[in-house]
Amino acid sequence: MSGAIKKGKSPSGTPDWIKGEAAALALMAASAVVGYGFFPDDLGLLTRIIAIACLVLSLDLVMGYCGVITLGQAALYGTSAYAVGNACIAGVTDPIALLAVGIVAGALTGVVSGVLITRFSGLPQLVISIAFGQLVAALANKLSAFTGGSDGLSGIAPSALFGVFDFDLVGNTSFGFSLAVLTIVMMLLLRFVRSPFGLMCRGIRDDALRARMIGTSVYPRLIAMYAVSGAVAGVGGALSAINVGVVGLDSVSFELSAEALVMLVVGGAGSLWGALFGAVLFQIFQHIVGAASPFQWMTIVGLVLVAITLFAPKGIYSVVRRGVGIRRWQAPS
Amino acid sequence: MTTLLSIAIDALAFGMVLFIISVGLSVMMGLVRVVNLAHGAFAMIGGYIASTMLVDAGAGFALSLLVAVLGTIAILMPVEYLLYRRIYRNADAFTQILMTIGLTFLIIGIANTAFGPTSKPIPLPSALSGPLDIGFRSVPAHYLLVIGCGALTALALWFILEKTQFGTRIRASVDNAAMAEALGIRTEILYAAAFALAVGLAALGGVLGAQLLPIEPYYALRYMVVFLVVVSVGGAGSILGAIAASLILGLASTLGKYLAPEYGDFFFYLTVIIVVFIFPHGLLGAKE
Repeated sequence: MSGAIKKGKSPSGTPDWIKGEAAALALMAASAVVGYGFFPDDLGLLTRIIAIACLVLSLDLVMGYCGVITLGQAALYGTSAYAVGNACIAGVTDPIALLAVGIVAGALTGVVSGVLITRFSGLPQLVISIAFGQLVAALANKLSAFTGGSDGLSGIAPSALFGVFDFDLVGNTSFGFSLAVLTIVMMLLLRFVRSPFGLMCRGIRDDALRARMIGTSVYPRLIAMYAVSGAVAGVGGALSAINVGVVGLDSVSFELSAEALVMLVVGGAGSLWGALFGAVLFQIFQHIVGAASPFQWMTIVGLVLVAITLFAPKGIYSVVRRGVGIRRWQAPS
Repeated sequence: MTTLLSIAIDALAFGMVLFIISVGLSVMMGLVRVVNLAHGAFAMIGGYIASTMLVDAGAGFALSLLVAVLGTIAILMPVEYLLYRRIYRNADAFTQILMTIGLTFLIIGIANTAFGPTSKPIPLPSALSGPLDIGFRSVPAHYLLVIGCGALTALALWFILEKTQFGTRIRASVDNAAMAEALGIRTEILYAAAFALAVGLAALGGVLGAQLLPIEPYYALRYMVVFLVVVSVGGAGSILGAIAASLILGLASTLGKYLAPEYGDFFFYLTVIIVVFIFPHGLLGAKE
């Protein structure tokens, strides 16, 4: 998972972050056209993809950028979804306020899990991350006053966005709102991972001992990164609660953590675009193949994972990018 | 008092099942340093073979157990050759986790297609299926089989690792693989043998524990976490550690079920977090 950190400017002189933000905006516009124009009946699916994409991005922050191995990331996503659901039922119905609730809840859970998970590395880290996820899942099942238990928490009805756009059944508002939020998250994260803090996290990932030797306090930094990751996962959880109106136990499940990991790896850990790419690709295929036969789907996911570790350890996105890069390089000659 | 003894018996039986399955994983993790998330799937394969033998072929229990263990090893040795060999020792934990979780998904998918989503029965012989009066309460007779097999496994493993040349070679490779290789120990064969041993133990535990951990496709995912936790709490590569961890976690889980059933696995995982946080290398594991 090592790799040289790119310089801030490309040969043409445009700073990379501007290209990144331009790309994020362009992608949002394209997605809006594709979503509203070509798949108006599938807006629910697209909205769900966006919420899960936030979870995968948050996983990329700790896994791809810090080298933390975790199978408990759904805890952050689910906790935030439950918090948003409860806030909404308690009377906070403004979507923007609910989003803020989700971010705060996610960040707080992120800090707690960061304190536990990043203390060690290797096997103890993996086991604590699993145990933390299962602990939250067991609590969610037990505290049915807040979570609705196995029935799920229902009756979440946010008020109209900016007082104008109602959250309709077709999902027009949900999709637009989610897409805009994802774009903002993406733009912020593209800057964040290039900040000195983000670069130092990559340094910790590549060589924690060396990072410590040059005076970095590794543990607090990882906890801080976990807080950010929790906030991003919280955005996803909030979007899911706002859009779907129901929060179930599946949002804190081990399966969701494992699926998010698969999506990240399919796309490529250590790249935000890779994470996004993986989340979208995986879920579209899941929608098509998984609906036809859920168990063939598991077989296929298993085969794909094994194949990726053998043939494309940096993810499909890096293969695609390399393909594009080669073509660009050949063009001038 | 009777309740306490009941809890102790149940915890002992459950702990022994955990031990038989997990100790193979522990040996493998100590020797070849593979975080093998597919270990639960290996146990499940053993269970399916035994169930097919018992129910569909009508074979006896002992024969089915033997076929299950040998059959699982036979099925998985090609997988060792093709996949696991690449991720021994040198690969990073990330690659190991991905490959083995991918393998787990694959096995779940195949099991579901071949055997369906319902749990498969492993009927016990009449001598073991009834209750057995042990003075203050009656326990299922197969508890005694499980506990006996657990104790036997521990003794056999201790004998193999401490008293045979094979064990000496394994311990040498655990301590320093490069040096062991330089001294003429064929580590590749050794690793393959250890893999077979681990798979065999997983299958054994999968069949014997089927009354407590029923065989169904999601077995692989559901209990994988528990097996991994046992190894982590006990310390990779330590037999005594695996026994201690199995008994402690068996007790934590059983206590939780008796005293606060509505909290599910809460106390189990709380125990895990506390123990791992205090002993990151396991109760009896080697320091880095």
